[in-house]
Amino acid sequence: MSSDPINTDGFLARLMRDQLKLSITCALFFVTALIALPLLNYFQPEWMAQRVAGFTLTWLILGVLFFPFVWIISFIFIKKSIALENAEAAAAKDSQKK
Amino acid sequence: MILAEVTHVDPWIAVCSLITVVITVGMGFWSAGKSKSAGDFFVAGRSVSVGWNASAISGEYLSAASFMGVAGMVMATGYDALWYPVCYACGYLFLLLFIAGPLRRFGAYTIPDFAEGRYDSPIFRKIAVCFVLFIGFFYTMPQMKGAGTTLAYIFPGLPYWVGVAVVGAVITLNVSLGGMKGITLVQAFQYWLKVFAITLPIFILASIVGHYEQHLDANKTGFETAAPNASQVERKVLPAKAPKDEQWIAPFGKLTTKAVDASIAAAPTPEAKATIEANKKPYSLLYTYSLIIALVCGTAGLPHILVRFYTNPDGVAAKRTTMWVMILIGVFYVFPPVYGVIGRSLTPELYDAVGAKGTDKVVLELPTLLAGKNHALLGSILSGITCAGAFAAFMSTFSGLLVSMTGALAHDVYGRMLKPDSTPEQRLTAFKWAAVLIGAVAIGLGTQVEALEINFMVGQAFAIAAASYFPLLFMSVWWRGMTMKGAATGMLVGGLSALVAISLTSISDVANAAAKKLPAGDLAAYWADHPISKCIADYWVSHPLARILCEQPAIWAVPLSITLMIVVSKLTARQIPADIRMKMLVLHAPEALGLKQEYIKEQEGLGH
Repeated sequence: MSSDPINTDGFLARLMRDQLKLSITCALFFVTALIALPLLNYFQPEWMAQRVAGFTLTWLILGVLFFPFVWIISFIFIKKSIALENAEAAAAKDSQKK
Repeated sequence: MILAEVTHVDPWIAVCSLITVVITVGMGFWSAGKSKSAGDFFVAGRSVSVGWNASAISGEYLSAASFMGVAGMVMATGYDALWYPVCYACGYLFLLLFIAGPLRRFGAYTIPDFAEGRYDSPIFRKIAVCFVLFIGFFYTMPQMKGAGTTLAYIFPGLPYWVGVAVVGAVITLNVSLGGMKGITLVQAFQYWLKVFAITLPIFILASIVGHYEQHLDANKTGFETAAPNASQVERKVLPAKAPKDEQWIAPFGKLTTKAVDASIAAAPTPEAKATIEANKKPYSLLYTYSLIIALVCGTAGLPHILVRFYTNPDGVAAKRTTMWVMILIGVFYVFPPVYGVIGRSLTPELYDAVGAKGTDKVVLELPTLLAGKNHALLGSILSGITCAGAFAAFMSTFSGLLVSMTGALAHDVYGRMLKPDSTPEQRLTAFKWAAVLIGAVAIGLGTQVEALEINFMVGQAFAIAAASYFPLLFMSVWWRGMTMKGAATGMLVGGLSALVAISLTSISDVANAAAKKLPAGDLAAYWADHPISKCIADYWVSHPLARILCEQPAIWAVPLSITLMIVVSKLTARQIPADIRMKMLVLHAPEALGLKQEYIKEQEGLGH
């Protein structure tokens, strides 16, 4: 096992770094929205209370629009993460052959 | 004797509910014949397809809290309650981004398996098992309240505890017969039943009494002199107990300001009142953030949801499943708040009622309004459909919880601690008896919580999971330097301190309810008179910030848990498992490299 290029610290570190980078990038969009919405409600209550098609703006965002927003993030993440895994697997197999 | 008190049962409602129960039990029996091995019982043979599994996870996840509690809470407290459905759905994103894939690749039956496998520590397994049971019981209580509320609604006059006992017994029977494979099928079916039951009645109802946005438009905000749409839809007069329009429709309303309002009311002088009043808005912002952290991190740590990821054939399937779960539950969660909004206009009398007759039953109550609009039959049928959905809601979540808790007891406590050399047959028998035992305890606890809001109780279960399992899983998956001692300290201190903080607030709430002569059970009545509970209640009134931090502990408990994990792991760095690189590779390397197979052979003996 010790001669296997997969079982090295370098390979593992790169693997985890790439995966974590992708996860954190996606999480940032989501976390930003979660932090920003209460802040907007706090500092701009009147603007957030304006009516949009009967809803208040903040109600429309939280009660309806938030769901598709999260779907988009997860769709992008899954696409990228499956591609990343395939690339990693191909690279690892290549280096094993050498 | 009990039946004699029951008057006026709507046949449609009773029939729809009965059909749901019969189908659930029937499917349980049918699949019981197909569940043979221990693997079938614990993780459904690890071969459930993405579509089935996503429906089943969603079915399990959409509990009584989602089906009845969210609507009730939106009606009772307004905008702030919207955070619940949003974070219930979006917490899944965290699970997807950080936990779902690695956990599946690691390949273990349960969280305790993961805890032991990652740290080579049987002691840690025992600690993790205790936590599965702890969080599980906290989460079963609101499901039991949903059961009691619904049955009391279908059979007016039926005592609350009878509903709890009947439903609990039926599901316990179902789980002990079918195990995990049995409930996968049942839960997938129940997801689609719940979506049908929440959407169809509200579409028909809204087309007759006015739509979501029209009813919302009839509530005036604090920046308007009159509601823009007060005349277009019918609105009944709100009772004095209902929150005012401008508080209800705006953020930082009754839910987040309750503690401060209580201490303003109790403040002796106008100056003191003004001082507390100044803190009201910052405190409610704090409450909001703490709630968000609890719900988002808690979703990623709920044991009965996590166990389902092991039923995927591979990590890619686990990710695809999460994507579909997010869509399925997101679609569902748009609708319960609609009931709350329309309920505020049309059934305001619920604000005056308490316990099983309060706003928690707005989903069941609303369709019957059609009877007053010359659609008597339609109203009964639709109400029957929502009752069936409510049944599906608490039955599926309770069965899921029961499976994961029973799994912990039978697989971990019996199969690995008490009798490691037991045969598969003995383990199956143990699974069945463990289901009965846990079912009985859950029923007992469920009879004590009538006074608490369904959704509120679920939020508390999430806060405890957020402060224990989430840090454990997140840090174990992404940090090589974690040691067993670090993980155990962080999880225990985080989880237990959240548990204690939450219990302190719940105890005085239950006692308060008893003091108001609510039917909350003997335990509550005892507590109401107890000097300790009076002392705690007085403390809350004079310290609203402490009360908020204890009611919503996630904002300090999650960082506390993670900090402890890092500090203790650094101190015990020499105890990092020797084969840590291999463990991390198994967690992170693509499955195409075939590392998992190797690992599983090493760790074999997991119950087959």
